[in-house]
Amino acid sequence: MKILVCISSVPDTTSKINFTADKSAFDKNGIQWVINPLDEFALTKAVKLQESQGATVTVINVGDAVTEPVIRKALAIGANDAVRVNLDPKDSYSTAKEIAAVAQNGGYDLILCGKESLDYNGGSVPGMVAQLLNQPFVNASVGLDINGTEATAVREIEGGKETISVKLPAVIAGQKGLVDEKDLIIPNMRGIMSARTKPLQVVEATSSEVKVQGVSYDSVPPRAAVKMVSPDNLDELVRLLHEEAKVI
Amino acid sequence: MAVFVYAENINGVYKKAAFEAVSYARSVADQTGETVTAISVNPTDSSDLLYKYGASNVINIKDEGLKNFSAKAYAQAVKEVADGNIIVFPHTTDASSIAPMLAVMNGYSLITNVLEAPESVAPLQVKRRAFSGKGFMYAKAEGTGVIITVSQNAFGVKENPVSGSEEVKELSVANEDTKVISHEQSSGKLDLKEAEIVVSAGRGMKGPENWGMIEDLAGVLGAATACSKPVSDIGWRPHAEHVGQTGKSIAPNLYIAVGISGAIQHLAGVNSSKTIVVINSDAESPFYKSADYGVVGDAFQIIPALTEKIKALKG
Repeated sequence: MKILVCISSVPDTTSKINFTADKSAFDKNGIQWVINPLDEFALTKAVKLQESQGATVTVINVGDAVTEPVIRKALAIGANDAVRVNLDPKDSYSTAKEIAAVAQNGGYDLILCGKESLDYNGGSVPGMVAQLLNQPFVNASVGLDINGTEATAVREIEGGKETISVKLPAVIAGQKGLVDEKDLIIPNMRGIMSARTKPLQVVEATSSEVKVQGVSYDSVPPRAAVKMVSPDNLDELVRLLHEEAKVI
Repeated sequence: MAVFVYAENINGVYKKAAFEAVSYARSVADQTGETVTAISVNPTDSSDLLYKYGASNVINIKDEGLKNFSAKAYAQAVKEVADGNIIVFPHTTDASSIAPMLAVMNGYSLITNVLEAPESVAPLQVKRRAFSGKGFMYAKAEGTGVIITVSQNAFGVKENPVSGSEEVKELSVANEDTKVISHEQSSGKLDLKEAEIVVSAGRGMKGPENWGMIEDLAGVLGAATACSKPVSDIGWRPHAEHVGQTGKSIAPNLYIAVGISGAIQHLAGVNSSKTIVVINSDAESPFYKSADYGVVGDAFQIIPALTEKIKALKG
């Protein structure tokens, strides 16, 4: 069984998000890059399937050379090999198109992704990849078992869960719950050393078609200073919520 | 031409997100001088509910094969009836699964997590959520066909009644790749992402047995309940209630955080809330810096007292 895991390199949670002076782009200065946290659930699931089913796990990233440390981390977590498509992606479609182009020739039984990346929050790449490959797609997956040519996926629905059987090959976008947070793999020294010698293939992009342009960016305006209310004066809190904020 | 909008229903009943998406489509149509056509799959609710928000046409797809959800089959069904170059979806789990597949099928641009009405429609340019709530992106669509997903609770539900007409389309879309084995849905519980008010609690509650007072407060407010990540990780509350970076992102009118310190990962999921109240025993809790109102004190005394006072207000 061959699994392709799509990973995105995103700013570390604690990074301050700044934009260039003319607000035309995200300012990458001083940013620590990490594997998109939702992709880590997908990667860990793939490594578990590697252990239980003898699957091979390839990670793919669409990005410039700056993303290589993040790809190496994915290899240290346990992926067998990696592909980097040499393109600084401009939108979800261009990213999906490159992933689909690699997947098309790779004969993967399963493509796993996080349901969205925590930088541009598009949530579009997995569904686009599925459609480009004409494969079934399950989003927001919180459970997954593989049995031969079929997968059983659990997806979160509003107010509940749904269990689905899916014919492989398929694209599954996961989230927290696909594996438990406590089961996420922290690379050990052996993993880090072996990642240095695992194959990381760099391929050139097949297309430069972009469907959405990021024209400008803005930071979220700060909130006004907090109004503190005494615990002995909850009438005042209720009054503020009712009369000032008008939310109750 | 018309602006099309996907009106999502659950078991035939329209979601609030459907009304919000129709309201949004109406504002786009006002800019383009077109009408709004809403599309729904196997609804049981009346189309009058959609006319109320500005849809003058409703296409009800009838297809037994679509009784169970499949992103691909639903995308195919919407493709068959949406004959326009702007299609609006809510940013719910199901709709945001359909939208990318449909965008590829049609060769359309896709702009997700949209927060406001478009700044312009030709080319379509619009403000969207980015960087987990720490920034905004102004996105411009290339080409003429565009699909938009509207972030829940961002635009709001706006009444704009029109007289409408309904059309039924019988389809039989192939749905062979996926099969639903089981479906569990708790009834009567408010959808966290749709809720106008959310009461959330963290480790400060000391144990799952103390959640009764959180539920009581939520009950008098008509609110949904949520929790911080550590609480869902240790199993005090289900994962589905976890709000934050790796949980759900929400944007209610009022978010009340009890016993949550306000880690940056938590803020990523809740900082789009319009009003934030923080109740914590620790006066140094970083969450106060991101709050509108704060109370320092013992939640075990404050929450029952607050519940009583709100009950009194509501009479």
